[in-house]
This record gives sequence, C-alpha cells and structure tokens, in this order.
Amino acid sequence: MKRFTAVWLAALLWAPAAWAQEASGVDEAINAAIAPISNAIVNVVFFAVPVGEADLPLIVVWLVVAAAFATLYFNFISFRAFGHAVDLIKGDYSNPKDAGEVSHFQALATALSGTVGLGNIAGVAIAVSIGGPGATFWMILAGLMGMSLKFAECTLGVKYRNEYPDGTVSGGPMYYLSKGLAEKNMPGLGKVLAIFFAICCIAGSLGGGNMFQANQSFQQFVNVTGGEASFMADKGWLFGLIIAILVGVVIIGGIKSIAKVTEKVVPFMAIIYCTAALVIILAHITEVPAAFGAIIGGAFSPEGVAGGAIGALIQGFKRAAFSNEAGVGSAAIAHSAVRTKEPITEGLVALHEPFIDTVVICTMTALVIVITGTYQAGGGMSGVELTSMSFESVFSWFPYILAVAVILFAFSTMLSWSYYGAKCWTYLFGENRTMDLIFKLIFCVFVVIGSSMNLGPVVDFSDSAIFAMAVANIVGLYILFPVVKKDLDSYWSRLKSGEIKKYTVDHVGT
Amino acid sequence: MSDILLVGVDGSEAGARAAAFAAERAKESQSRLLVAYVIEWSPYTFNTPQENEERHKRREEEISRAETQIVQPLVASLKSDGVDVEGAVRHGHAAEVLSQLASERQAGQIFIGRRGLSRLQTMLFGSVAGSLVQISPVPVTVVP
Repeated sequence: MKRFTAVWLAALLWAPAAWAQEASGVDEAINAAIAPISNAIVNVVFFAVPVGEADLPLIVVWLVVAAAFATLYFNFISFRAFGHAVDLIKGDYSNPKDAGEVSHFQALATALSGTVGLGNIAGVAIAVSIGGPGATFWMILAGLMGMSLKFAECTLGVKYRNEYPDGTVSGGPMYYLSKGLAEKNMPGLGKVLAIFFAICCIAGSLGGGNMFQANQSFQQFVNVTGGEASFMADKGWLFGLIIAILVGVVIIGGIKSIAKVTEKVVPFMAIIYCTAALVIILAHITEVPAAFGAIIGGAFSPEGVAGGAIGALIQGFKRAAFSNEAGVGSAAIAHSAVRTKEPITEGLVALHEPFIDTVVICTMTALVIVITGTYQAGGGMSGVELTSMSFESVFSWFPYILAVAVILFAFSTMLSWSYYGAKCWTYLFGENRTMDLIFKLIFCVFVVIGSSMNLGPVVDFSDSAIFAMAVANIVGLYILFPVVKKDLDSYWSRLKSGEIKKYTVDHVGT
Repeated sequence: MSDILLVGVDGSEAGARAAAFAAERAKESQSRLLVAYVIEWSPYTFNTPQENEERHKRREEEISRAETQIVQPLVASLKSDGVDVEGAVRHGHAAEVLSQLASERQAGQIFIGRRGLSRLQTMLFGSVAGSLVQISPVPVTVVP
C-alpha cells in the first residue's frame, strides 16, 4: 500500500514538472515520466504464471473463479431472475408512493453509462486483435458469469450503504467491506480491505476511468482529423487540456447542463452504434455462420494466436472484466442510491448490466470486427482504430460518428469514475467538500496526462488499477455471499408465495 | 354521486381559475375538494451518480416547496371561503397521477385548467388536459 501511495505522489509531482517544459516535448516528457511507474504497478498486479506458451495472469483466474462460484452458489440467478429483473426495471414492483425517488431504471442507466464506453469499442478490438476471434467466445462466457457477481456486489452496496441525516446516501464496497465484515466478527480485516479497495479505486478512477478514456478519445480525434497529418497529432496535451476543462466545469463547477446533455446523448449514441453494427451484420448475413465458426473454433483451437486457446481465453476474460467491471465493485457505488426496502431487487436489476454491456454490445463490436475481417488486415492497429476501420469498410462516414461517440462515451465514463474516485477519496480522507475538491482537481490533471501517453502504458496501467480493486472486493464478497444468499432466499420465497406482488396499474379507458 | 372532487393545479393563472371553479361546484354539492399539485417526474430519465445520491433530499425539498408555495396558500384561502378542502403533492406524469388519484380517492370528477396551446405547441410539448381527457376514469371538466 505504501508503494501505491509513493507512486501516486511521484506521479502528481511529475505532472507539473513535465508541463514546464517546452510544448513540443510535453507529450514525450509526460510519457517518459509515467511509463516506468506504470510498468512497476502492472508487474505487481498482473503477476502471471506461464501456461504452455501463454502467460496466465493470476488476477484473471481470481475474477473468473469468483464469477463461476457466484453463478453456482446463487444457482444460476442470472437466468432464473432474468425476466423478473426486467419487470423490476420497468417499475412493475415499484410502490407508486415512492415516485420521485431514484428508480431502478435510473440506477441501472447511471451504472451503465459508467461501464458502456471504450471497453466496448476499443477493448474488444484489442481482445480480437491479440486473441483472435475466439476471444469473443470467452468474453461472452465471462459476461454471463459476471452477472451473478454483479448481482451480489450491488445487493451488498445497497444493504450496507450510509444514509445521512440530510437525505443523501453513500455506498459501495468500502462500506460493505467495513460494515459487513464487522458483522461477521472480522472488523479488522474489513477495515483493511475497505482501505485497500478505496486506494485501488482511486487509482482505477484515474487510470481506466480517466487516462484510458482520454487517450482513446484523443486517438480517435486524430484519426478523423487526418491521422499523422492532423493539426492535433502531436498535441495530446492540448486535447487533454480541453477535455480536462470540460470535465472540470461539470464536476467542480457543477454545471449540470453539460452533464445533462451528455447523459441524454450517450444512450442515443449507444443505440446508433448498435444499429450500425446490426446493419453491418445483416449486410454480411451470409458470412455470419463462418464468423461464428471462427469464434467458436478460435476459442478452442486458434491459429496464429500466441498461447493458443489459453491465449484467446485470457484476452476474452480480461476484456470482459475490464468492460463490465463485474467483481470490481465500481457499479456497487452507482447502484447504492436507490431507495428500496429490498436490496435484493437492486442486485437483480444490476445483473442486466454485464448482459447489456458484454453479451450484447461487446459481442456486436466483435462480430463486426470478425465479419469484416479487419482484425487480420489490421496492420498493427489496435484499440479504437481497428473498430473504426471495421465500420468504415461498410460505412465510409462512420469514423466521424464513431469519433463523436467515443468522445461522448469517454466523457460520460469519466464523469462516472470521477464520482467513484471521489467517493473513495473522501472515504479515506474525510467526507467534506475540500477533500472532494482536491480529488476532482487531481482527476482533471490526469486527463491531460492520459491523452499525452502512448496506448500501451495507458492500457496496462488502467487494467492493473481496475483489477487491483477486485482483489479486496472479491475477498469480501466470498465472506458476504451467505448474507446475500439468505436475503435472496427470503425474497425469492416471498415472491413465489405472492407476498411480493406487482402494484396493479389502473387500466382505465381504452 | 361521489362526494370528492379533484382539481389539478400548477401554480399558474389557469390552475387558479380551475381551482376557483371547482370550489364553487364543491360548495354547491356539499362535496370535499382535493387540490392536487403534480411535480413532473419520470422514472426513465438518465441521471448522473451525483444526482442519484441527492435525489431523496431533492424530492423532500420539491415536495415542501410545492406545499408551502402553492398548495397550502390555496387550501388556506379556499378554507376561509368555507370550502371543505385538502391538498396533495405527488411526483409523476400529471395526467397519469391525477387519474390514479381520482380512482384512489374515488373522486367523482376532475377539474383542470388549460394552457391554451396552439396545435403546434401541443404537438411539441403535449397537453396535460388533452391526455387527462383520454385516460381519466371519471368525467373531466376543462376550465378555460
């Protein structure tokens, strides 16, 4: 933990120092300053054991085992409760007297806007370009299993949140780790895990929730404005500065209108993105069976993938976890705001998140990349450029739409993660406005750093920070699974017996 | 004939006219008048986490503002005129909430003002009176 703190202090000191240099060298200076630090962290988090030719990072095993365990332990809740969860989201079980509170739909939408983003566009491209089409299969499997894990963490998030006298709420893993484990007579462990989680979440917020987003939106911007020849090509810091100002205006200046616009445009963009993907898939409908063949075949016996099937599996699992964040604990922070007497209902709603995020949207991206075959002709391209090229092969104008989508997704993801990070920061350093403000300023500085770095160090760093959150979160989840199970059994039997029923809607008039 | 009449108000001139008209009818028929104010809200909007966190607090604030600024003064003035009156503040879609309230309290009639929108304005912004007429379980009187 000390190591983490030291690293962050160093990073903070370096940023202004790098700024002081001449403009032309700013990008490289920031890069040179951060890369070694990021590499050090990556090596710790992604400690890998060699399996055949591939390296299997233990953290991926950790996540997948937890997701598989949760799926079995809750007896395939993601399938059993799928329909009931849809009814909950529609509001069929919401008491009309609670109108005006945060609805299940709103909590889900808010959490989704934090996860649907670059992971679905750029992350999938990285997975397919490294792990081959087979990575898609493992990604979907990981998404389906992740649903149960997400269910557990969001239930706990609501169950153990803090409610303050002024009516605001605060929740998330740091609260259920400390309060939940205290109930289990492990207050010491709970506290340690909560603090560890909070530190990693701050890092994740600055990494995957910030630098990765800034970096990828900059790349996309350069792409559509002329690639190497773009007037912005070597001015990552300038692009970062503009985004940082916009983010700052919203999260520090409290300018709601920008946030409002983003929150309205993002779902619209998601729909456009999926529609375009569907159109491409339909246009190539004859190649779909072959694509599925490549995906399933590639999952078990891929050709030309480093590490074979294990290599594909690692890529798929990694990207699924990074995209839907099941087991990471971030969504539990977003879901805690719902006022419900039954925390289980929020967990059930949340299990749709990995489904929409990974099983639907990520799969669309993967299918487009596989069907158009661009992953083979990528020529060293990875990330958002590859996705952009796949769409471009069908709609020549699509990169412009995608650039706007990427920047908006990135922006809304940054807003969500700035909130997660600020929650953890204030959990550690005191719940007051000054601490909140300090974190948000740091957050803005990292937008600039992120857009100045090369893709490699940024992706590695953001992965490692986000996965480190899962270390503490999942230890706590194992201990608290029985609590969730007990609540679930009680809820489920009351639902089956008819004690919990839909609020009848008056169907008057015709 | 039910002895509850429901009137929807929104703090506007039109709402006040509807309330005055409904109060007359309530007095004539010895009915109780229920004055309802609906805070426009939908469960299907997209919010930031910050907004969700503060939602409960804001909701309480919205309700108390509606009560102290609109419903209570109106109820008080109608009471002094000798009308048997009570107030209600709810969140939701105005026409839907008024219909629900009418069935819940078994009101015999709903009174509502109108904004006098043009056809284009109605197309763009919708009309509470218009949709209420379509979905209400009881007769609706639209007061010009």
